[in-house]
Amino acid sequence: MASVRGFALGLLAVTASVVLFVLTVVSISLIPLGIGVFTTPALIGLVRSYSSYRRLLAARWTGMELPASYRPFPHDLRKGVTGQVERCTVLLKDPATRRDLLWLLVDMTAGAVVALLAAGLILEGLFGLLLGAWLWKPITAVEDPYWFTFVPVGGWGTALIAALVGCGYLAAGLKFGPALLRVHFLLVGTVLSPDRQQQLEQRIDRLTETRHDALDSSAAELRRIERDLHDGAQARLVAMGMHLGTIEALVEKDPAQAKELIAMARESSAEALTELRDLVRGIHPPVLAERGLGDAVKALALRLPVASEVDVELPGRMEAPVESAAYFAVSEALTNVVKHAGAGRIWVDISYAEGSLRIAVTDDGRGGAVVGGGSGLSGVERRLGTFDGVLAVSSPAGGPTMVTMEIPCALS
Amino acid sequence: MRVVLAEDLFLLRDGLVRLLEAYDFEILAAVETGPELTRAFAELKPDVAVVDVRLPPSHTDEGLQCALAARRARPGLPVLVLSQHVEQLYARELLADGNGGVGYLLKDRVFDAEQFVDAVRRVARGGTAMDPQVISQLLTRRSQDRPMGGLTPRELEVMELMAQGRSNAAIAAQLTVTERAVAKHTSNIFAKLGLPVSDDDNRRVLAVLAYLDRGQA
Repeated sequence: MASVRGFALGLLAVTASVVLFVLTVVSISLIPLGIGVFTTPALIGLVRSYSSYRRLLAARWTGMELPASYRPFPHDLRKGVTGQVERCTVLLKDPATRRDLLWLLVDMTAGAVVALLAAGLILEGLFGLLLGAWLWKPITAVEDPYWFTFVPVGGWGTALIAALVGCGYLAAGLKFGPALLRVHFLLVGTVLSPDRQQQLEQRIDRLTETRHDALDSSAAELRRIERDLHDGAQARLVAMGMHLGTIEALVEKDPAQAKELIAMARESSAEALTELRDLVRGIHPPVLAERGLGDAVKALALRLPVASEVDVELPGRMEAPVESAAYFAVSEALTNVVKHAGAGRIWVDISYAEGSLRIAVTDDGRGGAVVGGGSGLSGVERRLGTFDGVLAVSSPAGGPTMVTMEIPCALS
Repeated sequence: MRVVLAEDLFLLRDGLVRLLEAYDFEILAAVETGPELTRAFAELKPDVAVVDVRLPPSHTDEGLQCALAARRARPGLPVLVLSQHVEQLYARELLADGNGGVGYLLKDRVFDAEQFVDAVRRVARGGTAMDPQVISQLLTRRSQDRPMGGLTPRELEVMELMAQGRSNAAIAAQLTVTERAVAKHTSNIFAKLGLPVSDDDNRRVLAVLAYLDRGQA
């Protein structure tokens, strides 16, 4: 198996890698002429998807994770020729592009050799066996003696020795094939992966960004809470106090009107309570505090106008901030479904595996949901970002839509 | 009527004691934590317990859990749960055993002392007292979704009041119709929900349960 994979890798390395490398270099050298400006982004895009594919193979065949780290395009990329120039500049400035090109070079030389070695050992071994079986006859007829490694094949005796050596090759191929593949990916990985310094830089960029988002949204949240309290519950309590004052004055003079005011005061206090309750739900829902994420989402689903199923498999509770972020992320995702999807059913799956909380919100609506462009899902993404969580959306036109969230966290 | 009371905030506990005593209830114990409540359930034999959902020491749904445990130990033990907020999830858990004698109300309902005391009495007699907020949430959702089992608007109104735990007489008074008309509506509702005819009072609880269960879809 390793030999077949090695062969495939070697083949890819000496064909696709060479072609892509040459084309990209040519395209970059054509930038001064103007043509390169248009071809380079496309080619680099191609190189990226090619290297992503090889990363995928690495993960699938050897379980090695080769992190990719491309700089995102700026949000305000212009259209037309200027945009194209900008895109080209961004791509060329990205250290990942340089790494990709370097990788192509290494891949088509050392990478190819190592990969083909895995295949070559097996092929050579099979050839040796064939020699020992019968093949030596036609071959020695042309070239006598025929050297197989260090064996001068010239008759049955030497052919059998060749077969033995072939067995050695086969054994080596079978034993070391997977290791050779790993060496190949290791070699490729060292060139392809960002070094520690760059990883740290990216991490810092990401943290700065998410911290900024978190501060922004919590400041906005505080403003909303302040306004709600000021306009709502606070005002009602003031009104209540005023009514009570009036009642004090009226209670003997005009009992009927006093009674009326008492009723109004009671109403005000009830309304103040309702408003406070809604406010609390918006800050930290009581069920979340009492029961944790699973039941809080179940309670949330019960209030939805769409039939929903909630599946929870959580062996414990996570830290309060994570719980809260996850809850509001689910809540926003569900609100999105109700508002836009036109769905008849919603499924929510919550589970915990390999140090990550995983939540999937699926609906049978019309699909076509996207992240970005100020949609609710971008808000969810920002919310999760603070906790290094990620959001993935699969939503083909016509549905179904599946929003998956993953937050690394510990359970208590 | 002998009452056990559990509420951790002194002001509210004191207010509830005064209120219930004003209506001639006998307060056996007024406790403030979950373990104390569990002990009170075991040692005293209250006719009804009035319990706050959230109690120390955990400050989570400890009161609700104590009440559920006490009802498991003594099925049908009348418990009225009070809460700062109401959730269908909790209502469903309280009603789940189908034994009746449960209530689940917002704390604000004590504002209307008459109605609150009526609810306590109803629960003590084995009836139910569900907060209108739980029920109306459910009914709004149901009627948006698909009309529940083909109930007519009038039957829905009756259902809503019945789900809160009102008697036919109370429903009749509220809707200003005769009691016979209400009885006719309720038997229609039972038929439409597929509940067999019986003299059992719990049928009303079962009807509510049927509603709550459909809520989950």
